[in-house]
Amino acid sequence: MTTSLVAVQLLNGVEYGLLLFLVASGLTIIFGVLGVLNFAHGSFYMLGAYLAYFIAERTGSLLFAALLGLPVMVLVGFLVERLAISRLYARDHLSQVLLTYGLVLVFNDLQRALFGNEVHGVPMPRALTGSVALGEMQSWPVYRIFTSVACLCIALLLRQVILGTRFGMSVRAGASNAEMVEALGIDVRKLFSALFTAGAVLAALSGMLAAPLTTVYPGMGEGILIVSFVVVVIGGIGSIKGAFAGALLVGIADTFGKVLLPGVSSAVVYAVMAAVLLFRPRGLLGQPALQR
Amino acid sequence: MRTPLSRRAVLAAASAAAASAVLPRRSFAASKAKIKIGLLLPYSGTYASLGNNITDAMKLAASEKKNRLGGREIEWVAVDDESDPAKAPANVNKLVVGEKVDILTGPVHSGVAMAMMQIVRQEKTLTIVTNAGAQPITGSLCSPNVFRTSFSNWQTSYPCAGVMLKDGRKKAVGMFWNYSFGQESMSAFREGFTKGGGTIVKEIPVPFPTTEFQANLSEIASLKPDAVFVFFAGAGAAKFIKDYAAAGLMEKIPLYGSGFLTEGVLGAAGPAANGIKTTLHYADALDTPANKKFREAFKKATSREADVYAVAGYDTIHLLAQALDKVKGDTSAEKDLIAALEAARTESPRGPFRFGKTHNPIQNVYVRLVKGGREEVLGLAQKEADDPAFGCAMAT
Repeated sequence: MTTSLVAVQLLNGVEYGLLLFLVASGLTIIFGVLGVLNFAHGSFYMLGAYLAYFIAERTGSLLFAALLGLPVMVLVGFLVERLAISRLYARDHLSQVLLTYGLVLVFNDLQRALFGNEVHGVPMPRALTGSVALGEMQSWPVYRIFTSVACLCIALLLRQVILGTRFGMSVRAGASNAEMVEALGIDVRKLFSALFTAGAVLAALSGMLAAPLTTVYPGMGEGILIVSFVVVVIGGIGSIKGAFAGALLVGIADTFGKVLLPGVSSAVVYAVMAAVLLFRPRGLLGQPALQR
Repeated sequence: MRTPLSRRAVLAAASAAAASAVLPRRSFAASKAKIKIGLLLPYSGTYASLGNNITDAMKLAASEKKNRLGGREIEWVAVDDESDPAKAPANVNKLVVGEKVDILTGPVHSGVAMAMMQIVRQEKTLTIVTNAGAQPITGSLCSPNVFRTSFSNWQTSYPCAGVMLKDGRKKAVGMFWNYSFGQESMSAFREGFTKGGGTIVKEIPVPFPTTEFQANLSEIASLKPDAVFVFFAGAGAAKFIKDYAAAGLMEKIPLYGSGFLTEGVLGAAGPAANGIKTTLHYADALDTPANKKFREAFKKATSREADVYAVAGYDTIHLLAQALDKVKGDTSAEKDLIAALEAARTESPRGPFRFGKTHNPIQNVYVRLVKGGREEVLGLAQKEADDPAFGCAMAT
């Protein structure tokens, strides 16, 4: 491989990793603070993508789809937490997995009933349809650059919220000791509800951003869910910084795996995960105290 | 309209049939009774629309025959195979042993078809494969009681090599989903391309169902081949086409593939698909009276557009009708019925159709070009293409 090709592939890997981070961040927050293994996270991603398709097709604008779709997702996230998830905080992980897996099936059937089984394309916003040259043969779609920048901005925003606001402080406190937080007079019920909703919205937002790139199809949620779990485990469960590092690592490993070991490329990210866990059983930035 | 049995209903029927197992299996007296046609097709999951189109086209063809085959009224028994090979043996048994269908049709998924082959080779049920293109069905696992009305993977990809070479493209990269369908397509293309003097610079297997292509697109850009041959289908195909165009490769390195690259994905792929050349045994735009009549009738019956999958379902019933008329509906006369099917001919919407020695169709393969978001037929890629029948004893 020439150096220029390595550079291009690095770029590919980072770009993929940034999108993975956006999906995985919600998953890791929900697990870290609420202690819930949320299989339905992939369904929220899918729902976001389908909403983007559904609204963009009718209004012709992806921005409009995001503005209309995200409030819908706030409602969906809130209702799912209130009606289902909140009843299982005291239970073990198996009950939670059963519940959230059940939700996956429900959302898949809903998707089938509402949107059908066809593959749908989502047009990019017109202002972002151009591309820039990358080497003599390939060009780089502006929309891909846009999603990367958007993911980066959201990552910085998340960091700001968690480190710099009162809400973020309670989240961090809740992650290390929920009982103590409650004893200090913070309404944990509300906190959890808000966090779960935020996680659902993050997943849906990634689905919306990705929709023009990935097209929209049944089962798209499951694929991303598995990779996101890998990212979360590599990064250390509950750690957002870890998820960021993990996402970039998975993105780059996956990209180079595809080029260098095409026959076994699907195994490369899992090999990376195994290697990381061998040396750091709690993931790159997982905290030993973080246990529920 | 389609009324697939619910799983519970099938189970109930199967247990009822098992409880009253005194019914003779294929008695001659039954020839006046209804003729039971089993449909093993996906009615849920990714391939649901394929299963529905095949079913509705079969029913359309049946209605053209007044719902009678060889003088016997048709009774449909549908089972949702969920495109799940793991559930296939149980589903096949439901139809073959439980329902004792006279004729089994389906499935879409090749994995399901392979599981089905194991059973129907033993039970000797007359079986018509309506989609699955796996080579062994009419190759190493071929069987006198098994026919196929769709295609073999070889037929969809081998002719593409010739088309590419004729366009003067001698250096190609091949990229495919690394499972049996993709591998068989790739190997058929490789066979044709190297035989015709072309060189395959690199083959890129992509794990199924991965749709992250960026890394491989950068690789293709650095290899600078004359053309790229790919096998992807459905959602993956739409994504690949969009990515390929967005990376600016479509104008520089033309894209070729088996027809499944563009079947049913042109709407999702949009203008990105313009310029893609594919080969397949059917094209929506085929300008023949048979195709026009079929497409109009299908649209009238279902208010959907017909496609390559529907064509296979439609032909299945017309071929069966011919054969069953010849044996006067007597499905117990197995040898005569098989001989009658072997001799059956139809002017299919896809063009002239007959069975080859291995019971795979001998059919024209067309060159199709996407232009202005629609598929155009450029002509024949291969006239009366016959599958080479790898390892089938019936071929000799």
